[in-house]
Amino acid sequence: MRIEELREEEFVCGSFACAGCGAILAVRLALKVLGPETVVVTTPSCLLGVTTFYPQLAFKVPCVNVPFPATAAAVSGLVAGLRRKGRENVRVLGIAGDGGTVDIGLQALSGALERGDRFIFLCYDNEAYMNTGGQRSGSTPLGASTATTPVGRGAKGEDRPKKDMLRIVAAHNIPYAASASIGYPADYIRKLEKAVKAGGPAYIQVLTPCPPGWGYRSDLTVHLARLAVQAGQWALAEYEEGAWRVKEVSNPRPVREYWALQKRFAHLLQESGGEG
Amino acid sequence: MRDYRNANEAVALAVRLARVEVVAAYPITPQTAIVEEIAGQIARGELDAEYIRVESEHSALAACYGAAVAGARVFTATSSQGLAYMYEMLHYASGSRVPVVMAVVNRGLAAPWTIWTDHQDSVSCRDTGWIQLYVETAQEALDTALQAYRIAEHGEVLTPVMVCLDGFVLSHTEEVVEIPRQEEVDSFLPPYRPAYYVDPERPAVFAPGMGPDLYPSYKRSQQLAMEKAREVIKAVDEEFGALFGRRYGGLAEPYRCEGAKAVLVTLGSVTSTAREVVDRLRQQGHAVGLLRLRALRPFPAQEIREILGGAEVVAVLDRNCSFGLEGAVCTEVKAALYGLARQPQVLGFIRGLGGQDISQADIEEIFQHALSFSPGRR
Repeated sequence: MRIEELREEEFVCGSFACAGCGAILAVRLALKVLGPETVVVTTPSCLLGVTTFYPQLAFKVPCVNVPFPATAAAVSGLVAGLRRKGRENVRVLGIAGDGGTVDIGLQALSGALERGDRFIFLCYDNEAYMNTGGQRSGSTPLGASTATTPVGRGAKGEDRPKKDMLRIVAAHNIPYAASASIGYPADYIRKLEKAVKAGGPAYIQVLTPCPPGWGYRSDLTVHLARLAVQAGQWALAEYEEGAWRVKEVSNPRPVREYWALQKRFAHLLQESGGEG
Repeated sequence: MRDYRNANEAVALAVRLARVEVVAAYPITPQTAIVEEIAGQIARGELDAEYIRVESEHSALAACYGAAVAGARVFTATSSQGLAYMYEMLHYASGSRVPVVMAVVNRGLAAPWTIWTDHQDSVSCRDTGWIQLYVETAQEALDTALQAYRIAEHGEVLTPVMVCLDGFVLSHTEEVVEIPRQEEVDSFLPPYRPAYYVDPERPAVFAPGMGPDLYPSYKRSQQLAMEKAREVIKAVDEEFGALFGRRYGGLAEPYRCEGAKAVLVTLGSVTSTAREVVDRLRQQGHAVGLLRLRALRPFPAQEIREILGGAEVVAVLDRNCSFGLEGAVCTEVKAALYGLARQPQVLGFIRGLGGQDISQADIEEIFQHALSFSPGRR
């Protein structure tokens, strides 16, 4: 499917997402690919907060909200319930942020992946707990300043590398796992289509820059989502039938170019005298 | 058909007879035999259900919740630590008004670690918005699990139900159980037809965010549903009794309370022991009686006032402790009696924690203690 072939119909509208929110763009594109016969399962997160605060329902598809650790477990329940009711045509899309996926949601996700249910799990990765004000998660990159990894004397931001969630997911030997970026929508859409056709659990972790969380101007979201890939800070990878494919970067950029646009990395450039 | 069954097997039979559609469960002692037997029923082709083998109790209830909002009749079972692990999901299920039925095979909570029975696990969850029914026998476990679906799925109740049964004493002890025929159960329990379920034709949100302007009205609706559940529990028990010939007193079951000066209040299997003690003391001329609370939520306050109002002394036997106060049931019985013109003296006894046996001698001692309180000494 090419971008021009995406359906016109919108399935997310009237959300309270921030200007320049990468996550809402990722969800918008995902639902355009999955279509109306879909149920969204999500957790208390930015996404819940901006889409389903009663009486608001910013989805044109049903939405089931569950506790923070429970996304994938509830997904399993819905898959079983819909199958039992003869409505397995309804696609079950679990959506969680990075915290709800790689931290508190990891156990339930592992269980659901291992059980082999047919569903799609979308992790929108903005690299910290943005809904609660930007505390670090297991998905926060090395060096990033967050509310709980502040910069100060003897503290240089996040001191551990980002959790390699894609490999953890792939280790479950599921039919399809991929990382994507909203800065590469054609690639992202192609991966969503593959996830739909996977016939078993499919996982996509999509990079969704966050203007308030990362500290940048709201018109730079897509630019940063591209630059992250070009600067080697985000890989566009795919795991399919036991094999890895990683998109080669044709126009690599220096990492400082990526860092320089975001407050969360400002201390790294000051430290290296702008030469980083 | 009559057979020797323990309460775990009896509950699994009820799950089959109720034609449960989705089961999600995680094993924990002493609940395990329930989930093993259900797996066996499915493997043998006796039950046509989806079985989700989850990786935790939190996920068990989350999966039941997901299946229930898809429109399926669901079941899970747990004990002790597993119930504690489910805690936040308990509120999601009751707040979203999904009629989950769960067997809680009562077991004490660690630390110190224990596998034996008391009621600390379920009593700690009495404020989660679930109906709680405590059973006395394996037969009642089977019958109450069937009744639980009728109660939970009632359009004006839509509240999940815990069927609480004592670990080992009931769960692993065989007794003669009358197993109802499938046709009879089908006539008692029709298929689950929810008014609201996940349907792309009618997009809706389950468990939305809610501001302070509306949140209280939803919580009030849960309280009203619990009030409604009082009469539904009684009516369902009556209807069940008319069909199957077994009744359990609805919310609370008095035993020889007529003219009783001292009445013992119990929950669960210890009631059977207490019945024997009451019979013996009555034979000896002591005016004693017994009141078994079948429902802890909704709490049978009206029944307690009616049945205990005439007693001089009420002894409450708690297999739990609300640390810093007393047994939780004792407090609630006192609260129910508050405001009566003539209030009985209420004495609390905490016994049987962590599987400690409660013997006839123990119960007789409680009665002797209660009988030694005369009105003049209040």
